[in-house]
Amino acid sequence: MHIRPILVALRKHKLATFLIAMEIALACAVLCNAVFIIANRLSAMNIVTGVDEASLGEIVVTGFEPKEASDLNARMIAGLAAIPGVESVHAVSSVPFGPQAGVAGVTLDHKHYGTVIDYYVGDSGTIKALGLELVAGAMPDADDYQAIPDKAWLPPSARVLVTRALADRLWPGESPLGKMFWTGPYQYRVIGVVANFMGAAANGGGRAEWSAFVPALPGGTLAGTYQIRANPQDLERVMTEARKTVATIAPDVVLDHENSQSIPVLRAAHFATDRAMAGMLIGVIAALLGVTALGIVGLASFWVAQRRKQIGIRRAIGATRGDILRYFQTENFLIVTFGIVIGMLLAFVLNAVLMKFYELPHLPLYYLPIGALALWGLGQLAVLGPALRAAAVPPVVATRSV
Amino acid sequence: MFGYYFNLAMLSLKRNKVLTALMVLAIAVGIGASMTTLTVMHILSGDPLPGRSTHLYYPQVDPTPDNSYYGHHKYPLPMMDDRSAVDLWSAHRADRQALVVDSAVKVRSPDSSLPLMMLGMTSTTADFFPMFGVPFEYGSAWTPADDAGHARVAVISSNLNARLFGGKDSVGKTLRLKDSDVRIVGVLKPWRPIPRFYSVAGGIGANGQGADPYAKPEDVFTPYFTGLEINDGNFQQYTCWGNPPVPGHLENSPCVWVSLWVELGSAAKASAYRDFMANYVQQQKALGRFQQTDTRMLDLMGWLDAEHVIPSDAQLQMWLAFAFLAICLFNTVGLLLAKFLRRGGEIGVRRALGASHRAVFAQCLTEAGLIGFIGGVGGWLLTLVGLWLVRRQQTPYSDLVHMDTAMFTMTIGLAIAVSLLAGTLPALRASRIAPALQLKTL
Repeated sequence: MHIRPILVALRKHKLATFLIAMEIALACAVLCNAVFIIANRLSAMNIVTGVDEASLGEIVVTGFEPKEASDLNARMIAGLAAIPGVESVHAVSSVPFGPQAGVAGVTLDHKHYGTVIDYYVGDSGTIKALGLELVAGAMPDADDYQAIPDKAWLPPSARVLVTRALADRLWPGESPLGKMFWTGPYQYRVIGVVANFMGAAANGGGRAEWSAFVPALPGGTLAGTYQIRANPQDLERVMTEARKTVATIAPDVVLDHENSQSIPVLRAAHFATDRAMAGMLIGVIAALLGVTALGIVGLASFWVAQRRKQIGIRRAIGATRGDILRYFQTENFLIVTFGIVIGMLLAFVLNAVLMKFYELPHLPLYYLPIGALALWGLGQLAVLGPALRAAAVPPVVATRSV
Repeated sequence: MFGYYFNLAMLSLKRNKVLTALMVLAIAVGIGASMTTLTVMHILSGDPLPGRSTHLYYPQVDPTPDNSYYGHHKYPLPMMDDRSAVDLWSAHRADRQALVVDSAVKVRSPDSSLPLMMLGMTSTTADFFPMFGVPFEYGSAWTPADDAGHARVAVISSNLNARLFGGKDSVGKTLRLKDSDVRIVGVLKPWRPIPRFYSVAGGIGANGQGADPYAKPEDVFTPYFTGLEINDGNFQQYTCWGNPPVPGHLENSPCVWVSLWVELGSAAKASAYRDFMANYVQQQKALGRFQQTDTRMLDLMGWLDAEHVIPSDAQLQMWLAFAFLAICLFNTVGLLLAKFLRRGGEIGVRRALGASHRAVFAQCLTEAGLIGFIGGVGGWLLTLVGLWLVRRQQTPYSDLVHMDTAMFTMTIGLAIAVSLLAGTLPALRASRIAPALQLKTL
């Protein structure tokens, strides 16, 4: 295919060529960034909590006094455990995607601020029910589960489990086993490391997995939130029954309906805005590609109509249908390429702006060739109709009205 | 003349229906996407108290011992400890001032058969209602004497009044908050400031730590000191730099958890109040209670801005939608260019018969404007669809989203502006067509 004659022809339509190229450039920039944002949201939604989500749910009740805590725990645990299908009930401080509880700053030396972590408090059996996977050290012994004293919100000292992410954050490159850390006067010694365990906050970034499991006996502040384990098939039925049962087993407390759900339901609610955003972006991308394709179709149709005579002449002096078809396809390819080159630059500019205002990471380079391929494909698809019509122009046109 | 151009435009649009439909569609989709997001932004970023907001301020002081210990922050924490807040409040240096603290409280009503409820309770001081222009349906706010006397009184929302008392005048009735009885002294009219500006500290933008800034106002309002007494043990700190001695009881604890709002009628008063705050922190430092002397006092809109109340997703969507509108604009320019130049012969004849450059330009722009108007109507319909989709999403502000007259006018206006803008270049090109050349090829 000779490119020179096409370029010469395009030079006669500088403005229209420029417009279509700019449209492609903008589409390329928006496409790359929108897909990137979608990918980011989807990967955030796929966060690993490290627990058996499909088997777990939580019941949250409020409106009781600290002195009623032990009695409430006893009634709730017995009452909930009596529901058919419930495998275990444990008093816990929170569950992944549940209401945030026990977020506090920690320090390694009482002088320097370490980081903010999620404390997760639970009684014996909680770890097994959660399905946490130990990767180093040991699980807490029965002796490690102590009562939380009055007016304390955590056990003042304990042997705890931390996540690998938190261990890497606090003691990079060292074994965390046996290390100490503090929150105010409370002191904790690491005895084991779990692979993954997301705190309730799940605020994204590395922060989601900076959590520690503190063993404690139910009572004191460890009351009102219960983790239920059931067979995944029974879970939703069990949760419905559990929500109903609370009114009879503890009539003086108030059930927190919004948070008394299975973890899959809590997880879906947690990511509702991300899903909405991804949905909106997919809509924008679809509309964007549609409009760009329509623009190409419109302009190409115009050019075909304008050049009917020239096409007729070319056909009359020996050009095949394929030659005409390829002419328009090549022309489109050139324009789109021109647009993509500008679009790649624009994509990086847009990404830089988004990074500045919206905490977005760098656009990975491999998005650019993918975006380019998509737009080349779109251009070729859009131009196919007008190009086929051009190829169908009979040579006899050349003989008319010249 | 306009009528004639309008008829010509109609004829021209009918002649090539596919091209016309493509242009109208492009404008409609572009306008639909950008107006949907713009309407959401318009609602989220509105002034919750038009006319009043410029006189309302949010004072901040820094009670932390060492701001390097608790993470790095450039400004004082977004709430205050109770002692600083009450000190500033009781000085009465502003035209009006109100302490605000929210907590969840167990509510039951002896006069109603409804089950126990956990409701949000705003504990505040008497100035809250006149300062924020809160409308009353029945009764009135409590008095400053009630604040001082820790009176067991409450004001309830219209919503709670409907649930408990079927919307009837419930002034004088009793409500049981946790273990204490309070007498209802006022019932509000439906009141929904957007955002709920008085408790946005640490809103969605700040890691979602605080309350949802687009939530409804709490259902129960009690005097500040009354609230602290009756709901003791159920207060949440914004953050602490030491462990509170008793969880949920935050008075005199190393925590920030109370907000203060002041009304200052003029810039001079605001400046005097800033001096007063500066003096206060110096004095507290001299007493050894404060280590930091930073203060800040933003006005209402400035405070909403500083707390990043508008969800960043909504902003991001708006920018993407406008990038999309730009694409639609390029698209329309290209198509209009094709359309006008295709009629080169016709324009040549008009020029040869004496039409001026300007007349051809005006005719082409009329056509572009007409496309814009039709596209605008389509865009308005698509915006309604878009807003319906937004309402179906589970965002905190979904239920607030609707289109008002201002946004409707803007939709049509934007569509026509966009198409006129898109039409200018092609119309200029068309009006420059040399008549002779075109006539030759006819």
